[in-house]
Amino acid sequence: MSARDRIATRFAELRDAGRAGLVTFVTAGDPTLDLSLNIVCGLPAAGADVIELGMPFTDPMADGPAIQAAGLRALAAGTTMVKTLALVRAFRAGDNATPIVLMGYLNPVLAYGSERFAQDAADAGVDGLILVDLPPEEEEELAPYFRAHGLKLVRLATPTTDAVRLPTVLGGADGFVYYVAIAGITGTKSAAIGSIESAVTRIKASTDLPIAVGFGIRDAAGAAAIARVADAAVVGSAIVEVIANQLDAEDLPARVHGFVAELARGVRGARIGQRGE
Amino acid sequence: MRSIPAATPRRFDTRPAEAKVRPAMAAPHTLNTYRAGPDERGHFGPYGGRYVAETLMPLILDVERAYEAAKRDPAFQAEFDRLARDYIGRPSPLYFAERLTERFGGAKLYFKRDELNHTGSHKINNCLGQVLLALRMGKKRIIAETGAGQHGVATATVCALFGLPCTIYMGEVDVERQKPNVFRMKLLGAEVVAVGSGSRTLKDAMNEALRAWVGQVEDTFYVIGTVAGPHPYPAMVRDFQSVIGVEAREQMLAREGRLPDTLVACIGGGSNAMGLFHPFLDDSAVAMVAVEAGGHGVETGQHAASLAGGRPGVLHGNKTYLLQDDDGQIIEAHSISAGLDYPGIGPEHAWLHDIGRVQYVHATDEEALTAFQLCSKLEGIIPALEPAHALAHVTKLAPTLPKDHILLMNMCGRGDKDVFAVAERLGVEL
Ligand SMILES: Cc1ncc(COP(=O)(O)O)c(C=O)c1O
Repeated sequence: MSARDRIATRFAELRDAGRAGLVTFVTAGDPTLDLSLNIVCGLPAAGADVIELGMPFTDPMADGPAIQAAGLRALAAGTTMVKTLALVRAFRAGDNATPIVLMGYLNPVLAYGSERFAQDAADAGVDGLILVDLPPEEEEELAPYFRAHGLKLVRLATPTTDAVRLPTVLGGADGFVYYVAIAGITGTKSAAIGSIESAVTRIKASTDLPIAVGFGIRDAAGAAAIARVADAAVVGSAIVEVIANQLDAEDLPARVHGFVAELARGVRGARIGQRGE
Repeated sequence: MRSIPAATPRRFDTRPAEAKVRPAMAAPHTLNTYRAGPDERGHFGPYGGRYVAETLMPLILDVERAYEAAKRDPAFQAEFDRLARDYIGRPSPLYFAERLTERFGGAKLYFKRDELNHTGSHKINNCLGQVLLALRMGKKRIIAETGAGQHGVATATVCALFGLPCTIYMGEVDVERQKPNVFRMKLLGAEVVAVGSGSRTLKDAMNEALRAWVGQVEDTFYVIGTVAGPHPYPAMVRDFQSVIGVEAREQMLAREGRLPDTLVACIGGGSNAMGLFHPFLDDSAVAMVAVEAGGHGVETGQHAASLAGGRPGVLHGNKTYLLQDDDGQIIEAHSISAGLDYPGIGPEHAWLHDIGRVQYVHATDEEALTAFQLCSKLEGIIPALEPAHALAHVTKLAPTLPKDHILLMNMCGRGDKDVFAVAERLGVEL
């Protein structure tokens, strides 16, 4: 493991601590670039173990209304890829440990230029990437650049990823595996914990990578339930909604951090009293 | 008389037989057919592909497998042919537009009259094929996006025919400018969902349909209305629409004893154009011109001409030319025609553009409106605003060509749906 492998380091620390991690999603530049920087910089202290940062896109085809609106707010506030990377750089000036994974759609990356993007993202301190509309079958055009710059291409597995397809998804997966708990878009429905647990078990049998589970986690109790069965719980729409519902609040970042702290308490307390570990 | 190759016999597998077997020693740099694409992953040159969320991937692979099997099944072909004839009214006539020919004073103009199809456009050719496929796959519900409403009406119609529940996604802007079609879809029993996100037109309807599909993957089939989207849609929609070109080829040979010199069609996503062009692609003497929507003029930035004003990128599951800003954000298209108001173009067109086999031009809103009125007055055919763009180009092209030059234009839709929008544009109160 290289010194710069923040994702592996973080998951190793979590394993040693005997707990799951909290992965928080917010969109870069939502609702403004300044507020967004404030929000992101306070996430680790509030209890986020990994930060997923959305790269806004006009046409997010796998996202529900909350994250669609966040992207449009960010674009209206003038967010560009250059500014998203600048935000990461500014965050990195104060935190060299918390992994940052950029999440979004392929087109803005292609427009930036995949090779230049890989270089600039790595320089800014990005650790990994989730590109929702880039299946393994199409990745060879970009993946070599990402690998050359040490960026982890995080793969998504879903309830529709059957046993035949799973090896394709896991082959070349890096950093962690993101299990999308529902067949659906972000922020709409939740899955039964039993089905999530068996999916995690199934994926674990085929990979040594940590497994983060997201989509449909609304609150601390939901996050705790996931934390009992997976290596990390991902919360996105629920955090983004805190932003959307309190756009005019003077202490908006503090309110977001307050909600993240609640989620973190759920995740950190989840396995106490559980057998094993 | 020149010797003419026979018309393509098998409609869904429209490649020539020799193209299906990969020649072991084919010269690497010479294309001996333009009709062999896409490759097994859905690429036409660098375009196309399958850029979708993982949730959809297994399903799309399923659609591909099912389609591959269906197109080799004579029973599937027979059922398509039967309903194309008895329900859609195929073959559509090949019509010599004598008065327009006279007016232009140049090339001899023919229309392929797909506007006479049941529901008033070419869209139903594809809907019939896809709904038959959905039934074969045991799907229980149909969803579709629509712009002008023609694809929505055609989908709702075929769903009514088979008693399938159907939901149509349509941008709020289009719901407003295509009211008659919204009412038609409801009469046919479809649910119409007005999409309020983004630019509230066709691209957003497609986003919303994809989102809905992600949430109902098990029992739902998504009937995409043009030659775009993830593989196998661009190829599948093209194959179903190729009935246009296959018929036109036979009809022209019977009528004129030779192939047409130039084909002209309008481009939204590009399905009516691909349907007409594809069976002629290997006839090197046949020129092809596709007309994008120039809106207020390509130089104004308010248009829907993705090839003239766009760059390659990825949207809606395929790589193709897109209207986008420097940061890769999609720019809203503009056209007076809701059916052309889309910031992308099918990937096969992107490829045909790059290799130069098809020429891509554009016509403005104003030019289309003029052609719309001219065609109504001189031929007694009220065209849809979409093919009015093709006719606008014919207006410029035909006078420059000799009288023995045969121009074949796809009259892919009728204008009933547009009369309110055109009246308003002309300042007429109804
Ligand atoms: C009559 C008509 N022509 C053309 C189009 C554009 O689609 P395509 O380019 O796929 O033929 C539409 C779309 O709604 C239409 O209704």
